[in-house]
Amino acid sequence: MGARAETSAPIDYIALTRDRYDALGYPPYQWAELSDTPPWTPLARPLAESTVALIGSGGAYREGQTAFHWKDDTGVRRIPSADPATDIRVTHFAYDLEPAREDPNIVFPVDRLRELVDEGVIGGLAPTALGCMGGIYSVRRATEELAPAVVAEVTAMDVDLALLVPV
Amino acid sequence: MGLVARALEAAGVPTLCLTSAYSITASVNPPRAAFSDLPLGHTVGRPHDAEFQRNLLRRALTAAAAMDTPGTIAATGVTWDGDGSWKRRATPTGIESGEPVSGEPVSDASADGDRGDTRNVRVDTPQYQYESDRLAAESGT
Repeated sequence: MGARAETSAPIDYIALTRDRYDALGYPPYQWAELSDTPPWTPLARPLAESTVALIGSGGAYREGQTAFHWKDDTGVRRIPSADPATDIRVTHFAYDLEPAREDPNIVFPVDRLRELVDEGVIGGLAPTALGCMGGIYSVRRATEELAPAVVAEVTAMDVDLALLVPV
Repeated sequence: MGLVARALEAAGVPTLCLTSAYSITASVNPPRAAFSDLPLGHTVGRPHDAEFQRNLLRRALTAAAAMDTPGTIAATGVTWDGDGSWKRRATPTGIESGEPVSGEPVSDASADGDRGDTRNVRVDTPQYQYESDRLAAESGT
């Protein structure tokens, strides 16, 4: 049982999910498994001069926006990155939301990234951050709906690095 | 997010994926990733611990800037404090005891009322954090 990890090793969530599904009598979950060399774009400039776009898939939306639903919502929310995290709300079906609702920065670190700009670690933060909801059960819908929507938003931003924060 | 990272990178945008689920990230094999050994739902660290969160981000970003091989997963070295007991609560004994077990995607099997399945039911209406959010969104303000 690979899922029962030693406490010093990372938890194997794939093995854990397989074991849980077996125990519950569910058919096995098919994980996206890609062993090819991933696409690659080199960084154009040093980190301290790079503008970073934040994209979080923990279900972040801004107060006033329509919340995500929990059944394969492939929508994207534009969240002004100058707004404090206290304006951010979090919704998701698959993880314990209480800690992230207490401090949205743990899944959508806008306050921290602004501080890293002030520290000079990164050059800037894109004015718009993107919130979406992971846990899309269809690789096809993630590939054909969510990914192109994020690509369209981010390529229009003219940023040097996209920071992706899943849950 | 690995699929999104691959699409961005193919479109000419460098990416870095944070992760606290090593095996899931390794399976989808994104261009650049930085692993921190933290409970799910805490990808950037502990709530209201700004320095913990900044330290994680600094380490992850610095590691990403040094990567030159597609498919690299760097370890930030950031871990939860204490004796790792959070992991025992997130492994199979947790299922039998009914303790919460969180995890990203699982299957389309219905979650309703299934013994030991602690995920929320996947409803297709907006799930607001606060009722006031619903009112604000529905009034278009």
